[in-house]
Amino acid sequence: MNNVVDINSIPLDLTGEKYKDVPYEEKERLFQEVKADERFHDVLYGCYECGVCVASCPSARFYDFSPRVIAQAVSREDVELIYTLMNDSIWDCSQCFSCDRCPRGNSPGGLITIMREVAVRNGLETAKEALEGYGRIIYKIMSTGTQVSPDMLQPNAFPDWGHHVNEIADNLDLWRRALPPETLHTVETGWSVSEKTIIELYLIWHMTGVMDMIKEIDEGLFMILQDVMEERLEDAGYDVTFDE
Amino acid sequence: MGQQMIPVEELIKSQKQPGFKYTPEDAPTEDYRDILFQLEKEGELEVIRVPEPYVEVTTKYGRKKKIPLEHTWHHKSCGQCGHIPGYSTSIFWLHRQFGFDYVDPSDQTSCTAWNYYASATSNAEAQVAVAVRNFAAAHETGRFPLIHCGTSFGHYKEVRHELLHHHDLRRKVRDIMERLGKKLVFPEEIVHYSEWVYAMRDKIAERQVIDMSHIVASVHPACHYHKLVEEDAIYDPEIYGAQRTAIVTGTLKALGIQIGEYSSWYDCCGFGFRHILVSRDFSRSFAVQRKIEVMKEEANPDIVVTHDTGCVTTLDQSQFAGKAHGKKVGIPVMSDSQIAALAMGAHPYKVLQLHWHNTENRPFLEKLGIDPDEKWREFEEALEKLKSGEKQYLTWEDADA
Repeated sequence: MNNVVDINSIPLDLTGEKYKDVPYEEKERLFQEVKADERFHDVLYGCYECGVCVASCPSARFYDFSPRVIAQAVSREDVELIYTLMNDSIWDCSQCFSCDRCPRGNSPGGLITIMREVAVRNGLETAKEALEGYGRIIYKIMSTGTQVSPDMLQPNAFPDWGHHVNEIADNLDLWRRALPPETLHTVETGWSVSEKTIIELYLIWHMTGVMDMIKEIDEGLFMILQDVMEERLEDAGYDVTFDE
Repeated sequence: MGQQMIPVEELIKSQKQPGFKYTPEDAPTEDYRDILFQLEKEGELEVIRVPEPYVEVTTKYGRKKKIPLEHTWHHKSCGQCGHIPGYSTSIFWLHRQFGFDYVDPSDQTSCTAWNYYASATSNAEAQVAVAVRNFAAAHETGRFPLIHCGTSFGHYKEVRHELLHHHDLRRKVRDIMERLGKKLVFPEEIVHYSEWVYAMRDKIAERQVIDMSHIVASVHPACHYHKLVEEDAIYDPEIYGAQRTAIVTGTLKALGIQIGEYSSWYDCCGFGFRHILVSRDFSRSFAVQRKIEVMKEEANPDIVVTHDTGCVTTLDQSQFAGKAHGKKVGIPVMSDSQIAALAMGAHPYKVLQLHWHNTENRPFLEKLGIDPDEKWREFEEALEKLKSGEKQYLTWEDADA
């Protein structure tokens, strides 16, 4: 009888085996980056292990996921476990913040936000996998200033929403013109965003280093965004480069 | 011996007042306004005051919150405007019916929080800068920001906490605003549109033309409204004994609607931010199994009413797949703004734009005495004018014709 277990077939391996080849120093470095975030002390005060967060967590019902385990691991500074969770657990979180009812005042969801940010900034492969297929959304929000647009309502993107998506796609331009608010006649953006506003948004992306994070997670997306933004900034009189 | 605890379900059933008393002095959280105004005194930022006229409402720990009735700058929602545009159209329609001054700006970006909670491809500095840029744009028009999206509302409250408590962050954002030629400003209150609807509920009820007293509605309170920075969500001793937020429920009761209670009211809708876009199996399953089916079994409502972009989308759109699998689904989903507008006689297609919704809502309209065929024919007539080139857009006047 073969008793060998394929560790990669287990959704969440808490033994540390899966990432044993990653140097401890690298895991420690990432944890220190989480701790260094100025919001860290606003989201973690310790843990009673009461499980209120898990009881109210939607992701815990459908995934091998526990906000309590995450709060515990970070409280105990269990570097090995934190690394595992940062790869194989945090992207299951729904970010609903139901766990904010914690009697200690913890926000496991807020802690996960910070851990995700560190995962993205460091280009972890698991973060890239979690965001696979998500690039078009990042492109839309960063380049237009609105997150979802009417022209995203296409049958191939939302097959599980049924026939009415076909109907919307077929009538899109006409139905958008049948909206009384003047800002809503758009198809490629949620509402009309002025050129001045878009330029200000691009300058914010530039000054806050957000494009560096995009480069870590998706080089191709970075290059497309860079082209679009630099050209519009240049037209507006700004000599800005995102690839410094 | 301590005071006997009464389960909230018993309070709801008995309709009795619990003798609950607010004790704002014992609130476990700081009063953000104290810090905001102190920072203003120190020259760190400028506070955008709530303009008059306003209504004072009570929040979770008994503090008062000012809700402006007009002179508002409408901070629109990505998902509402993009995929369920009758949601925001109804908010504007209500303002116009009362003759209130407001601005629907194009100098507004998304709060970008949907993307942030989904992908984390941003950082605290960028998030605060995006928020303050929008608030500065509102201030430049002399209006006060009214936030349409529940996630923008919750996220901006998180942003407020970060800005008030982290000096370095304030300095960095002030530098960014200077580069943009803007001031570091922040509103006295973060106000969600559903709070405006709640504050206006009696005035809306005075102008109600559709009887809704035979309607049963189940309410889904949006997570990012009452869980994410909980202290300035509206609570009312007359609604659930102030043990749950009064938002939406208070509005529906004022319109005479019966509330259909269900046990999983605290659960989220399943939106999940990243999940609704790239892991929708989770969103569908959660919305159907933990929300819609539970409502159907325990309350069998005519409608689900909620007050956030993602909640309307997820609860409505997920029912298609649920139906295919023989689940107990089939409840239309609308926002409180749409229900309030409908109660005041708004057109179901020209204003509420129900053709963008998924789950069948015609039986609901028929139960209200509205003929959906007749209303759709009126809408198609308006569309013909657009098709023929007689008109380029449907106007507000057309919507009320």
